[in-house]
Amino acid sequence: MSVRLEARLWWAQRVTAAFLAFFVAVHLATMIYAVRGGLTAAEILARTHGNAAWGLFYTLFVFAAAIHGAIGLRTIAAEWLGWRGTPANAAVALVALLLALLGLRAVAAVVIP
Amino acid sequence: MSDAAKLRVRAWRGGAEGRFQEFEVPRRESQTVLDVVTHIQRHLDPSLAYRFACRVGMCGSCAMMVNGKPRWTCRTHVDKVAKDGRLEVAPLANLPVIRDLVADMREFFDKWARARGQFAPTATRADAFAKVEPQSAARREADAGIECIGCAVCYAACDVVSWNPQYLGPAALNRAWTLVNDARDGDKAGRLRAVAGDAGCHSCHTMMSCTELCPKNLSPTRSIAGLKRATRGVAFGEGE
Repeated sequence: MSVRLEARLWWAQRVTAAFLAFFVAVHLATMIYAVRGGLTAAEILARTHGNAAWGLFYTLFVFAAAIHGAIGLRTIAAEWLGWRGTPANAAVALVALLLALLGLRAVAAVVIP
Repeated sequence: MSDAAKLRVRAWRGGAEGRFQEFEVPRRESQTVLDVVTHIQRHLDPSLAYRFACRVGMCGSCAMMVNGKPRWTCRTHVDKVAKDGRLEVAPLANLPVIRDLVADMREFFDKWARARGQFAPTATRADAFAKVEPQSAARREADAGIECIGCAVCYAACDVVSWNPQYLGPAALNRAWTLVNDARDGDKAGRLRAVAGDAGCHSCHTMMSCTELCPKNLSPTRSIAGLKRATRGVAFGEGE
């Protein structure tokens, strides 16, 4: 595997980790705040439907998680299963795609009225 | 002398395939693990193979696994590591076994070469001495890593080495980092390319076993973190 690709994946992992730290903190804090305020699921959806800011927030969250998770799985596959090379890369790329699709579907459900 | 005055020692015998052999060694004051191994060879079984030279923590040749952890045996006191008077000594992990307590260090040092651990001179004998400011940031980084004795304790302690046989390991990467910070060196770009990627600094998980166990109290983890920053150009810079 090319040294440049490996180095780029490492940077992608680092950068997405930094974004995820922010996303997860905001996500958890907001969730706890909303639930403690006694809002129901319907009331929460009424607030998020059509809200472009939350839509953007969770879209970026989904992409960061998909990229970060897939690179991490690639490392686990290489180090623990000894699975490297093109088939392993294709498999984790598929995982990243699936994570992104599932995540975006959830974002659409929350944001699109 | 009480029963505590005897040490029960299990020493590895054989090559990759082998078994532990038990010995009883008299306990002495200020006894080191190397003293124990030497006692076995001199008084109990002269066929025991092990390696040492300086006995004072300079040469880096006597490292072994001691109760499961890599140690420099000449400076490791039995008091510090022998639980209940029991000692288990084995050849360094992550390296092929030659015989008994002797590990084959070839791959370890070959990886120093692969990490471009050789100084690449830029001056000739006609040039004046390079002036390196002792307080400069680069000189201090080099100073922090330069006392490595090549004992391979860090290499035996590193989980990434055991998972990825291509991984250059803490000592080779630490060596590369000292040269990256050497103002006189002329091969920074080549060295950074050599230490990037799957076999290099980007595989380090920052678990810090190397730093915890380094007998010289160096921090290869810190050096590897420096390489990760310095190799930004390999990921995004010009040319492959």
